Amino acid sequence: MSETLTPQLPKDEAAEKGLVNVQIDGTWIQVPKGTRMIEACKMAEKEVPHYCYHPKLTSPGNCRMCLVQMGMPPRPAPGAEPVYGDDGYQEIGWMPRPVISCANTVGENMGIRTTGKLVEEVREGVMEFLLINHPLDCPICDQAGECSLQEFSVEHGRGQSRFVEDKVKKPKNVDIGPRINLDDERCIMCSRCIRFMDEVADDAVLGFSERGTHTTVTCHPDRRLDSNYGMNTIDLCPVGALTSKDFRFQMRVWFLKETNSIDVNCGTGCNTTIWTRGSKVYRVTPRRNDDVNSEWMPDSHRLAFHETQGDDRLTDPMIKVDGKHEITDWNTALTAAADALKEFQASEIAIIASARQTNEELFLTKALADTLGITTLATVPRTGEPDGKLISADRNPNTNGANLILGATPTTEIIKQKLHSGEIKALLILNEDVFEAAGFTHDDLAPAEFIISSNIIANKTAHASDIFLPGASFAEKRGSMINVTGRLQRLNQAIQPTGNAREDWEIIRDLILTITGEKNDMFMIENVLKMIATNIPEFNGITFSKIGDQGIPLIETGVEIPLLTKERAQAAAGIIVG
Amino acid sequence: MNTLEKNVASPVTPGEQHFPPFEVSDDIIALADERISHYPESKLSAVLPLIHIVQHKHGFVSKEAITWIAGKLEIEPMKVVSVVTFYPGFRQSAPGKFHYRVCRTLSCAMAGSYELMDQICEITGIDRSKLSHHHPIVVSPCGMYSVEFAECLASCGSAPVCLVNDDFHENIKPENAQDLINKYQP
Repeated sequence: MSETLTPQLPKDEAAEKGLVNVQIDGTWIQVPKGTRMIEACKMAEKEVPHYCYHPKLTSPGNCRMCLVQMGMPPRPAPGAEPVYGDDGYQEIGWMPRPVISCANTVGENMGIRTTGKLVEEVREGVMEFLLINHPLDCPICDQAGECSLQEFSVEHGRGQSRFVEDKVKKPKNVDIGPRINLDDERCIMCSRCIRFMDEVADDAVLGFSERGTHTTVTCHPDRRLDSNYGMNTIDLCPVGALTSKDFRFQMRVWFLKETNSIDVNCGTGCNTTIWTRGSKVYRVTPRRNDDVNSEWMPDSHRLAFHETQGDDRLTDPMIKVDGKHEITDWNTALTAAADALKEFQASEIAIIASARQTNEELFLTKALADTLGITTLATVPRTGEPDGKLISADRNPNTNGANLILGATPTTEIIKQKLHSGEIKALLILNEDVFEAAGFTHDDLAPAEFIISSNIIANKTAHASDIFLPGASFAEKRGSMINVTGRLQRLNQAIQPTGNAREDWEIIRDLILTITGEKNDMFMIENVLKMIATNIPEFNGITFSKIGDQGIPLIETGVEIPLLTKERAQAAAGIIVG
Repeated sequence: MNTLEKNVASPVTPGEQHFPPFEVSDDIIALADERISHYPESKLSAVLPLIHIVQHKHGFVSKEAITWIAGKLEIEPMKVVSVVTFYPGFRQSAPGKFHYRVCRTLSCAMAGSYELMDQICEITGIDRSKLSHHHPIVVSPCGMYSVEFAECLASCGSAPVCLVNDDFHENIKPENAQDLINKYQP
């Protein structure tokens, strides 16, 4: 048998790995078989402008913005063998007309041109059509600064309009839902919002009415856009057609600072971006994490940040004197708290910790309990209806962290009983409102001789406290939390704590130091995480930089996020890219 | 009336007297069920036949009809609205007893269909100026007649042409408009 002398061709090499060779703007790369052309271009770090395409949604191919030039090897004449060049590739025969890259998949020896005369001309043409009926009201449009139409006009538009006819008038300022406003003249009919509501939110209230140049995104008057996932359409909208009633006209986006963080309103821990200016949070938007929240988040969680900026926000330490709270400084408050705790036997003190605390705060809470010898430590479970998408039944963001760090803790019912029996005389309540979350009544708290609490707003627990220590909101602190799937994620500080409030881990640290009288050797939250990493095996080797913006899987819980399960099934079926 | 309500609104016209108001009768349910049985894969496909049934019987597609069709097909009412507003053949308000669809595509336009339309309007007392994109149908004050421009009716060789209800008429010169009207008397 003669040995073959033909060297292996690139196509065979690629085929062995399930890949295909694609030439993108002159450079050959290998991409998985079945990859969309637009994704292949992304892999080659070539930008293809697009509006309607979104990897998490189906591709209708209706915006025509992602047109590229495509070429395949010419079919050999009958009887002829394919000819391979010196580099092992066949010559590419370029098609004279462009194709959309979002809905076509790559093939072996395919060529894609994302630049060149043809591509530039068609992009200019598509841009001109998209802008024909656009009102060009960027100066008063909320999307300005984060608008794809604006960006691609600059990059691919012709700069001047040749349109001399009358623009089509469409409805403006349409009250399409309780949280969303619609301007149909700005809409470019990409249909992302329609597909999102249909495919992800399972509430297909949006649709097109009319036809051709009069096509309008709208909904039936009895079925408005009031889904708890509706505001994701605002982020999806590439133009200023769908805008948030909450955020519109509040601030220009280019003035806002973006901080990557996580949502703390349920166990899922949706990844978020917090948009701030100065010391104010202006909006919270979801951030992509394919292992947590895909690219979405529920409206209720998105708007929850307002609670931390209300009039009831407490920003000063307070001591109750003759039944009235008086503002004081931190030293006085902490000393008073330490002195008060020393008045009681360790067995007479109970700590109500919270699965809303970060791992670092929980660890220091445990350290505080150990310092004083306190054994009665409880957390408040917080459960609700799961919504089958992103909202978990566990409304505490860090239940897994609390279980890891504090161990199994009893519920507050035991503390309630011990208060009534007189076993417990002093309470330290951290980040919890026992009235709202644990069903305490004033009668339940009446036997307590001394209550110290830490929180951010003036709730009933704060009113009942003898000493109140103001903590930081989710946007004002750093820390880590473990979500329902066991993923360790990172909270980042977007703004400084309001007024005299302090980060919660510092409050607990200072309370420990005031009690022991030791010198501080813990200046940074990194020190706390380091101590967790040395003390708790699961955290071995963990640092904030290792957690990163996407988090890391820490423990196995077997819990799945329903929205991701659905999305992965769609991606496996090839309906979406994923 | 807000913008969203306009999507399903049916402005009152004098033509309404000629059509029974929409109601979910046994008759219409039987017709709808029969059509739905043609599409075992997806009931959604029956949306066009159902709209036709409603329009044929009640003259136009009202909000109540849209809600009923959506419920019948287990789809969002918006999907029905999309279809109703997409096709110019579907109406959301009542036409006259005799509905004139005059072709205005090239051959007919050149052969005088605009003049034909003017003639029909003059004879029937219809205010031609009220015809617009958003009001494609105008009904005569008596409610007997209504006019609408149509796109190509596929008979360019015999232009100008028009449809009266479901009857097709060829070579209607503007001066013969009166003869055409005379054919349809109450």
